Amino acid sequence: MVGITAYGGYVPRLRLNRKAVADAHAWINPGLKGMARGTRSMANWDEDCVTMAVEAARDCMNGADRAAVGGLYFASTTMPFADRQNSGIVATALSLSEDGAAADIANSQRAGTTALIQGLNAVAAGQGGGQVLVVASDHRRARAASALEMQSGDGAAALLLGADDGVARFLGAHSVTLDFVDHFRGEGEDFDYGWEERWIRDEGFARIVPRAVKALLEKSGKTADQITHFVMPCTFAGMPQTVAKAVGIAPEKARDTLVANMGEAGAAHALVMLVDTLQDAKPGDMILVAAFGQGCDVLLFEATAALPELSGRQGIKGALKRGREETNYMKYLVFNRLIDWEKGMRGERDNKTALTTLYRKRDMITGLVGGQCRQCGTAQFPRTRICVNPNCKAVDTQDPYNFADKKATILSWSADYLTYTVDPPQHFGMVTFEEGGRFMADFTDVDPGDVESGMEMRMMFRIKDFDERRGFRRYFWKAAPAAPKTAGA
Amino acid sequence: MATGIRDKVAVLGMGCSKFGERWEAGPEELMVEAYLEAMEDAGVETSQIEAAWFSTHIDEVGTGKGGTPLSTTLRLPNIAVTRVENFCASGSEAFRGACYAVAAGACDIALAMGVEKLKDTGYGGLPTAQPGTLYPLWGADGSAPGNFAQLASAYRAKHGVDKDDLKRAIAHVSVKSHKNGAKNPKAHLRKEVTEDQVMNAPMIAEPLGLFDCCGVSDGAACAIVTTPEIAKAMGKHDIITVKALQLALSNGLESAHNSWDGSYFHTARIAAKRAYEEAAIKDPRKEVSMMEVHDCFSITELVTMEDLFISPEGGAVKDVMDGFYDSDGGVPCQIDGGLKCFGHPIGASGLRMLYEMYLQLQGRAGERQLADPRIGLTHNLGGSPSSNVCSVCIIGAYQ
Repeated sequence: MVGITAYGGYVPRLRLNRKAVADAHAWINPGLKGMARGTRSMANWDEDCVTMAVEAARDCMNGADRAAVGGLYFASTTMPFADRQNSGIVATALSLSEDGAAADIANSQRAGTTALIQGLNAVAAGQGGGQVLVVASDHRRARAASALEMQSGDGAAALLLGADDGVARFLGAHSVTLDFVDHFRGEGEDFDYGWEERWIRDEGFARIVPRAVKALLEKSGKTADQITHFVMPCTFAGMPQTVAKAVGIAPEKARDTLVANMGEAGAAHALVMLVDTLQDAKPGDMILVAAFGQGCDVLLFEATAALPELSGRQGIKGALKRGREETNYMKYLVFNRLIDWEKGMRGERDNKTALTTLYRKRDMITGLVGGQCRQCGTAQFPRTRICVNPNCKAVDTQDPYNFADKKATILSWSADYLTYTVDPPQHFGMVTFEEGGRFMADFTDVDPGDVESGMEMRMMFRIKDFDERRGFRRYFWKAAPAAPKTAGA
Repeated sequence: MATGIRDKVAVLGMGCSKFGERWEAGPEELMVEAYLEAMEDAGVETSQIEAAWFSTHIDEVGTGKGGTPLSTTLRLPNIAVTRVENFCASGSEAFRGACYAVAAGACDIALAMGVEKLKDTGYGGLPTAQPGTLYPLWGADGSAPGNFAQLASAYRAKHGVDKDDLKRAIAHVSVKSHKNGAKNPKAHLRKEVTEDQVMNAPMIAEPLGLFDCCGVSDGAACAIVTTPEIAKAMGKHDIITVKALQLALSNGLESAHNSWDGSYFHTARIAAKRAYEEAAIKDPRKEVSMMEVHDCFSITELVTMEDLFISPEGGAVKDVMDGFYDSDGGVPCQIDGGLKCFGHPIGASGLRMLYEMYLQLQGRAGERQLADPRIGLTHNLGGSPSSNVCSVCIIGAYQ
């Protein structure tokens, strides 16, 4: 059998207070007040679906042999590149083997489950060397004062699949494909266009999901009363329970949609909820996942005895605990580039990227791979032909050395109000790695007053710069507090 | 066996434009201003200049690349002109090139000119540079103040200095320079300030406020050099010669090896040691009469006092607060106002520092004149604390 061997999750640190959003829009859309409870996750300005996917995958791959992963399926409806393999960026950031398959799966809210089904099929067919990584991530854009702005959230989930039962044995899947256009986003459009909610609820969820669930139960020889966890992303209150009941699953088996304090992370959300479920499930639990979107994907898993032994990851539950409430709605608008703000002349810098340089240094830039000298053992970034150790200086002795997961502390820092950044002041400083090596790094996810020399940091994959003139963006690694301050969320 | 530069080169003449926001002047006008003063001081004609070194840092504004901007502006007689660029230490590089030429006997009279026209950018502070194609992909985004400010966090951590105590000490560094600059008619900023004003100024890069940062100025400075023998033959008295000329560059240790603690300039200590040896100075705290150091930021000046071995390690805060570097202190520092108040037209700064030391040694510094200075030191730094170019030059009377 095939199954899930590990899971990981990522939710951005910031949690936008929904009341702050509703208050800003009370004059134009007083109806939003009805949704003004709790928070929604909000990506930092330097996060997108690619960076969040990398973080979820790192959580998932903690301790796993990355060279053994033979395939990557990346799902999102908000890929930063329409033609450049986004999964290729994720694979390089994770230092996966270059001799592996990768695919971007997009264009539907069920892209996450579609990727998962593809991944499971690949492993079952003996592809990917028996190990495949599936990551789903979304950073949906919504018009100001829309319901989607209130309901959606940003986040990612990752699942490692293997050719054995793992922590959750795969029992089967079924897909229904229907051109049910509850919403769409046409070519070149920034935002979705949606149809009437009552129609989506009654003709969409209430009819299409039960049809898919029933087909899967029949196919897999299971009955509804055997289902322990019913996973179905949906922002209509009570709808998961209604659908569960309609197929014979006890309503209380419907999982919390996490919409209250995270929001719905688009195409990633079914996997986000699945990871959250795996963090609660006991061996023998049957987990049914249903994802709605121009039809429906359903998958069935059974938790195994290995599940409780899987540790050393934050998952979605851990990620949700690492939150800081944000009450400044303007910050959300700027971070999501929903308004045009004054950047000053320093913001005019041309961020054209030499693609030749980027390719030549891809392991360094995208993977944070430096070097370690075979002769003296000194870890160093970047990797160079001549060792930096003044007592060594050996030539051509450095092996690739990955800094991404190494413990770091701040040696020196400043909060710079002069440099252009989307979120001033620009915090940066020299970070030194416990096992050797250092470099001057941008900081992220820090607040003024929180930084001091000696503080423990962890490296995170983030957007370094936007090249708005050419529609390119470049990624690199930044230092973030290892134990971020959490408050209000 | 190399014998060094000591007493092989004499400063024949120097000139310096007024520094500041010279809206009416381009780099060409600034160069001519410094050049005419230097030529008059040296008492030579254009046809006598046999080679020139030209320093300017930022291509995007100012003169552009190459040596022709200098050659064309001064209508030089088709001599060799070399443009040098070594960050903010470029001016010292131009001087070094000219000194080496006369010391080598390649020519009798050489010229060094530094210029920077910064106030054509459209905003305050330094223009942002494009350092190649690789660095922008990974180098941290930070301004010059943001990079130099990091000295403060590392210095505090190393020496256990309280945040407010260090803030006050660096404030005193700026107060002193403003006091000196007020007496300098060529200085950009000529207004005295109080410690409280400095400490309460808007934050630029934690912990550096507006008054912890030097002026961003337009300006040019020029030196004409020859050998002491030729200077004597020309009938010159009070000849000032170069006693030491040292340059030390980072090799990646500070930025990539964990042996550097971030609180000092590795290169400055090396350049200073070499310079003292070249100039035969054994006790710099006693023997150096005065200094012009690279006070791009107040914290830079404070840690430099230790890097030049004037203050003991960890002792700069006390010396600064005791007034040791004030105009009436043990080793007056930034007597012309420094980068802080004279201003910092990058390519010109190293030569501007020498200009003040030269005037002081010849007793021509007017209201700022110190009593009987014998040895003047300039310290000209380029880059950032973790990767930089440091020049130390010592000049004094020819015996």
